[in-house]
Amino acid sequence: MTALLLHRIHFAFTITYHYLFPQLTMGLALLIVVLKTAALRRNDEHYNQAARFWGRIFAVNFLIGVVTGIPMEFQFGTNWAQFARTTGGVIGQPLAMEGVFSFFLESAFLGLFLFGEKRLSPLAHWFSAFMVFLGSWLSGFFIIMTNAWMQHPVAYKVLPNGVYEVTSFWGLLTNPWGLIQYAHNMSGAVITGSFVMCAVGAFYLLENRFPEHGRIFLRVGVVAGLISCVAQVFPTGDLHGRYLARHQPAAMAAMEGLFSSQRGAGIVLIGQPNEETQTIDNPLAVNKVLSFLIYGNTEAEVKGLDQFPRDQWPEPLPLLFYAYHIMAGLGTYFVLLMVVAAFLLWRGRLFTTRWALWPLMLSFPLPYIANTAGWMTAEIGRQPWVVYGLIRTSEGYSRYVGPGNSLFTLLGFMGMYTVLSILFIVLVYRIIQKGPESMVVALAPAPMSAV
Amino acid sequence: MGFIWFWLVALMIVAYVIFDGFDIGVGILHPFLARSEQDRQIMLRSIGPVWDGNEVWLLAGGGTLYFAFPLLYASAFSGFYLALMIVLWLLIMRGVGIELRMHLEISVWRAFFDGVFFIASLLLAIFYGAALANVIRGVPLGDDGYFFLPLWTDWRLGSHPGILDWYTVIGGVLALIALALHGSLYLVIKTEGELQKRAASAARAISIAVLLLTLVSLPASVFARADAAANYRAMPLLFVVPAVILLALVGVIVFSRKEDSRKAFICSCVYLAFMLVGAAVALYPRLLPSSDNPSRDITIEKALSGPHTLRVGLAWWGFGMCLAATYFIIVYRMFRGKVTLEGSGYGH
Repeated sequence: MTALLLHRIHFAFTITYHYLFPQLTMGLALLIVVLKTAALRRNDEHYNQAARFWGRIFAVNFLIGVVTGIPMEFQFGTNWAQFARTTGGVIGQPLAMEGVFSFFLESAFLGLFLFGEKRLSPLAHWFSAFMVFLGSWLSGFFIIMTNAWMQHPVAYKVLPNGVYEVTSFWGLLTNPWGLIQYAHNMSGAVITGSFVMCAVGAFYLLENRFPEHGRIFLRVGVVAGLISCVAQVFPTGDLHGRYLARHQPAAMAAMEGLFSSQRGAGIVLIGQPNEETQTIDNPLAVNKVLSFLIYGNTEAEVKGLDQFPRDQWPEPLPLLFYAYHIMAGLGTYFVLLMVVAAFLLWRGRLFTTRWALWPLMLSFPLPYIANTAGWMTAEIGRQPWVVYGLIRTSEGYSRYVGPGNSLFTLLGFMGMYTVLSILFIVLVYRIIQKGPESMVVALAPAPMSAV
Repeated sequence: MGFIWFWLVALMIVAYVIFDGFDIGVGILHPFLARSEQDRQIMLRSIGPVWDGNEVWLLAGGGTLYFAFPLLYASAFSGFYLALMIVLWLLIMRGVGIELRMHLEISVWRAFFDGVFFIASLLLAIFYGAALANVIRGVPLGDDGYFFLPLWTDWRLGSHPGILDWYTVIGGVLALIALALHGSLYLVIKTEGELQKRAASAARAISIAVLLLTLVSLPASVFARADAAANYRAMPLLFVVPAVILLALVGVIVFSRKEDSRKAFICSCVYLAFMLVGAAVALYPRLLPSSDNPSRDITIEKALSGPHTLRVGLAWWGFGMCLAATYFIIVYRMFRGKVTLEGSGYGH
């Protein structure tokens, strides 16, 4: 395996694993604020117990997010030194801002939220939950802006020594690609949070344990789920797709499997892209829909891969195609599930409709897959560039870190993360088994996530 | 601008070492000072609410290094690749060791995570000390500003050093005992009774060792790197820095004897800060010296980002630091005083 491929896999593996946790962190942070708000307004202890319960799951999840996130900040330097050296003057800023603004905020107020309940007034405790939400969503913002600059570079200039620097701070932070990407990404995180909350709620109702809390989890989860699933498709997904078509047309062509340009291009629902023959095997396609989705016109021409030189095609191409289709397919299922669940909730029948509770309980892994697939679409779609149109991925990796070293550390991370996964599952399962009723208020500080 | 950013980054590194330093120190000491499950819980609770925030200094500092001196960030992180990866793994282990311990009431589970916490803290201290020593000693930089060092070669200095050689190991051991001292002084403030007495006597013993090894390390640095004292000789006023270092250590010893735990801890903070400042002064204006060819040194000038980037950075950095200071004050005040075991965390 070449050094380039190993460095790509190294970053891809560590970031994919890491992001499994922040998506739940950010989604749950919002939902915990919702629970705390309800607790304040309704003066109902069940909501506080619910917030404490999810706070405990949140703490374990947050910890793994933190420890797997630290390697990411340093990996720009360790494995992608050329890229870091050239573009640090631009993207080092949002990364540093993430540390200075978000991380201090999150860590300070998480401690207060988890242990300060007895010492703080209800309003102050609500505020600490809110600040954790703010910190985590701010963190997401800075990371997205970093990635957005790589996807759609703005507000920069190249200095005589070949190094990039930022020309407008606000330009960097208001990159239109980034704003769309942020909306779509955060909506995706809320989907993860809602599906996990629904799953536990559905589990409790199916098991007939903690029914009062189970109903709260489903009410909050289904409403948040419906809003975020719909928003994910329209407007955020739609906007993102059209922006992508305009600014990364090769990526759009590749992810849709459009080898040749076409007027009235159809959308391929399923199929396998065949790079040898440059066609789709076993396609199930709907005519004209792609042109309509992108341009609002069923006869518009959509550029195919034939418009771009071979060395500018994203690769690995089949992986991009599948990632995008998995994401979109799951997104469709999410909308259907949540519409049905919301309808039943509205009619007051959700809690006793077992055939609806079962998919709500079992679907929680799917947003993780969809979010991951979405990110793979974004990152593989950006190939062969690490900074779109400016710097190729093959020019970015650390030249002096050979494949042997890279493989060694990749294996190390894989082993460590396997252990973390087992610990995470065991501990979260235990919290769910114990349930929300045993949630006594913490009196004195113990390590953040302690029982 | 280069001067300002050099010292801002140095300041963030000092903040990291002072704050996360006592977390690491507590980790190193807890198998030795804790005689019971209660002791272990008290020691963990003393850092429980603050360790994560303390660790953020590393991230904030790393990010700042990235945008202010991208060449240094890229060169140093890829050049010290294996050591850095090991540090990242140790940080994962340390965090997990602290946070997951209390989740099960199984003694084997707790003993396992205590072991993880201890070993990770111990090795982190050694690697951090060795890292600083590497920066002082210099590395074989190429014309393109990059290098790559294996973890070790023959443990000697010379043309093919590894990340670990006899000099950097001294740096590692010194960091180990200095952070253990720092942690013990923190525990004297936060604990009471028998545990506090043990922490205090540990502090007294370790402080002597730190004094002796510091006295060894200063000439060792000049031996390993002939021009280490050049800046000092050029501006003799700077010799106040090693003077403060030694005075701070004396302060630790004297205030510990007088049982003034706050002043002793502050002296330890001053010691750590000035050890780092001393290294920064020796290096300036280099960021990472070449071990064999001074024209290849990575200097502030070579590594500094463009002027607009730095101006923008200055604007938000100060504001961010004020916010961070506010959060720290809030959290440390909320959890001030002696650690007690009343309430058992989330209880059940």
